[in-house]
Amino acid sequence: MTAGVTAMSRSMVSCHDCSLLVHLPAHRLHTQETCPRCHAGLHVRKSNSLARTWALLIAAAVLYVPANLFPIMTVTSLGAVQSDTIMSGVIYLLMHDMWPLALVVFVASVFVPFTKLFVIAYLCISVQRRSAWRTSERTRLYRITEAVGRWSMIDIYVVTILVALVQLGALATIDAQSGAVYFGAVVVLTMFAAESFDPRLLWDASEGRDE
Amino acid sequence: MTTAGLTACHDCDLLNRDVPVPEGGASRCARCGGVLRRHKTDSLDRTLALAASAAVLFVIANVFPFLAFEMQGDVTQTTLATGVDQLWDKGWYALAGLVFVTAIGAPFLQISLLLYVLVPLKLGRLPYDLARVFRLLRHIEPWSMMEIFLIGILVSLVKLADMANIIPGLALWSFGALIIVLAAANAALDPRLIWDRVEYSA
Repeated sequence: MTAGVTAMSRSMVSCHDCSLLVHLPAHRLHTQETCPRCHAGLHVRKSNSLARTWALLIAAAVLYVPANLFPIMTVTSLGAVQSDTIMSGVIYLLMHDMWPLALVVFVASVFVPFTKLFVIAYLCISVQRRSAWRTSERTRLYRITEAVGRWSMIDIYVVTILVALVQLGALATIDAQSGAVYFGAVVVLTMFAAESFDPRLLWDASEGRDE
Repeated sequence: MTTAGLTACHDCDLLNRDVPVPEGGASRCARCGGVLRRHKTDSLDRTLALAASAAVLFVIANVFPFLAFEMQGDVTQTTLATGVDQLWDKGWYALAGLVFVTAIGAPFLQISLLLYVLVPLKLGRLPYDLARVFRLLRHIEPWSMMEIFLIGILVSLVKLADMANIIPGLALWSFGALIIVLAAANAALDPRLIWDRVEYSA
């Protein structure tokens, strides 16, 4: 691995929005500057990246519990009420021999949110412990995590579509339940957590620790 | 030290020397492999054409019947926004908001802002406040989730299959086409070409 010349080491800031490379005198590197081209705030590194990421992550982890324990919807059919959680939705699909779809929903609703919480936590810890282990792979891990998070929205949409379609009054109705709200919050919070993490910290931390 | 001819990697901050990128190719960071720039063929023309088609499809997808639900002779007709409406009426405001933003609002803004930026550029004019508008557009992108909505439809259809008949409407097909066209529009866009047009003084 080569120790690289970074923009920061040359007193330059790359605009996060328009990629313009701006040279700033050292005393202005950490003050509030804006990009001369697109007027976005210029930051050498995302501000308070680790603290923000942890805060969002912990909030998401707390909400993850009710999101999975509470029902996301109830089906009322001829007076009988049946509740569905995230997991029972997957099991339903499995029992109806729709295993490809069951797999998609399992990955999107169970595997991705759960793994995402752990991966982002791991990335934060690896920065804090100044790890220099496989920085390239950890960067790729970050890119993948950031890209797949939005797919967890499937279950929110399923609830929405079912609520829209099944509104036959006495015959059958479907209503959303609080689990769906918690689950939606988990998806949004983890998306923000991934966004507030700055992958450049992985490289800063491993700088000077090359073997 | 000059910044000319250099690009910093978004993912690892390494300074990379700008190299000519062949059409259809991409330049990558020497250290972490992150994409620095993709060179798209006919980028702005293609994006404009696709965004214009997306606008037409978006209208159709939102105006015409989306799905109909038939159970023992009772037919419920829905449009794309019915679910949002129902959730709102039942007091699930946060859910209604989240679905509205990601399935209708963000795609709508994405298409409108693309046209706002690209039509004047095509006519040789600079759109008003280009930098701010284009920044907004780039921030909206991850919140536009129509393709995920489509998978949601699939799952819903399976769940309702033994309960009732589901009749797909014109809007559903239009919605499917819209997802492909809008994804293609995003893939065809080379943001650097837009940023190069923004005038500024360093």
